[in-house]
Amino acid sequence: MSAGGGSDQGRLVRLAETGRAPLTFYFDDEELTALAGDTVLTGILLSVRSLCAAEFGPERRAGFCLMGACQDCWVWQKDGPRLRACSTSLRAGMRLRSTPSARWPEVTL
Amino acid sequence: MTRVLIVGAGPAGIRAAETLAGAGLAPVVVDEGVRAGGQIYRRPPEGFSRPPKMLYGSEANKAAALHALFDGLARQGRVDHRPESTVLGLADGVTQVLGPDGVGPIAYDRLILATGATDRLAPVPGWQAAGVYSLGAAQVALKAQGTALGRQIVLAGSGPLLTLVAAQLLKAGAGVAAVLDTAPMAAQIRGGMNMARARPLVTARGLAVRARLGRRYHAGVTLERIETDPDGPRALQWRDAWGRSRSTVCDAVALGWHLRAETALADLAGAEFEWSETWAQWLPRADAEGRAGGELYLAGDGLRILGADGAEIAGRLAASACLADLGLPVSARNQAHDLRRLARMRYFAEGVARAFPWPSERVRALPDETVICRCEGITAGDVRATLSLSGPEANRLKSLGRVGMGRCQGRYCQLAGAELIAAAAGIAPGAAGRLRAQPPVRPAPISALSRSPKEG
Repeated sequence: MSAGGGSDQGRLVRLAETGRAPLTFYFDDEELTALAGDTVLTGILLSVRSLCAAEFGPERRAGFCLMGACQDCWVWQKDGPRLRACSTSLRAGMRLRSTPSARWPEVTL
Repeated sequence: MTRVLIVGAGPAGIRAAETLAGAGLAPVVVDEGVRAGGQIYRRPPEGFSRPPKMLYGSEANKAAALHALFDGLARQGRVDHRPESTVLGLADGVTQVLGPDGVGPIAYDRLILATGATDRLAPVPGWQAAGVYSLGAAQVALKAQGTALGRQIVLAGSGPLLTLVAAQLLKAGAGVAAVLDTAPMAAQIRGGMNMARARPLVTARGLAVRARLGRRYHAGVTLERIETDPDGPRALQWRDAWGRSRSTVCDAVALGWHLRAETALADLAGAEFEWSETWAQWLPRADAEGRAGGELYLAGDGLRILGADGAEIAGRLAASACLADLGLPVSARNQAHDLRRLARMRYFAEGVARAFPWPSERVRALPDETVICRCEGITAGDVRATLSLSGPEANRLKSLGRVGMGRCQGRYCQLAGAELIAAAAGIAPGAAGRLRAQPPVRPAPISALSRSPKEG
């Protein structure tokens, strides 16, 4: 774990702006460290390789446009609603998930 | 007082706001960013410390001036800034705006859309993998967050952003494995002549940026495929200008072929569109000052891809047109001056379009297994098979084959889809039809729609 969060396993690499206050959050129940001012996408991808699974293919998702246009980077919050990782600021203590935390109710037709 | 709504706080939106505020109107400015600036002059969050020179290079003074201007107008209450807000849809003079507190209406008498652009994407086999990004994403990651998208990044595509992002990443210490430009050198020289005639200094600066890339830069390449494993890109396979097979090891790829105008709201607001051969995309129609009919005005890259300098002028012109239409005084001299400068920007931009062309032939020849729609994994083969049922029309192809139906709403697949339709039917891409925009133009959580914030 390097200063200001992030690790060798992360997809992103921090190049600058390392003087900010650290904060911790949770992704898939793992405690991760990032810096105040990081987006959710930055915070997660500095430590892990992807945000979630693709819905229509075998690949993973890690964002694409980073400007709110492609909708590739939605992640789950532990308490339910999803958020767009590239345009949401990371807050200390956030509990985020790559999958929904509760199973969807089974629907029988 | 006349209610003027500006959508977008990039260079065009900021200059439009300034012009209206100068006439005593207090426009509402709705923008998705936390801080005004748009994408090219995007600002990092509060608490970041790199100076403008480091973030915006030769354009630092322009960026800083726009930021200071807008912050001042907002502070003085001369514009009503609504940050972190998205116009989801509009009808009959009322927009529905998704903000931090939910969705609420903002009504307007006049509407100025300065919605900018996104990267124009051509599919490359393998581009659906995690770790493949747009060129704009590479720039946003660096500028707004101080990060690189990988350790060995390949930048590929064409257009001014390609070499600019590469140089910015190198300067910041990122690993740039290769910069692969699909524009042949001959096209670059032809277009470059126009560019140099219109804006010699800007053209020279572009060449200097290019020179800094050294042997990483290759012109006239063909992108074959991105080799991936479950973790993401491993290498990019390409052919050089002489047809030789090459492979560049990488863990991230950023793709983009210049820009694509963001026109969904213009469409909902009733603008007419035409296929632009120059820009190889659908663009809204407007007069020289940005009037698009009725109470609608368009400015910036969402109207014509003229870049940030052109957007500043277009924003001022659209706001002046709006003032004139309201019967308020405008300076004819300033307007004439802006129109002359805009014409020069347009000549330059047409040179850019010629120098860095959209890879039409390459898209048409994509193998069947190539993913065209990243949202839903729809392949070129799926599209070709659907065309026999849908016929050569983009909206019918969308209904039956779902290209353009996914979350990005066609922003990253529409142009490739048009090429596949055109190739199969033996028609021009402009004859393949234009995907109609549908509200909401961005996804919105149901919870935001069920809350009811104060009237805007």
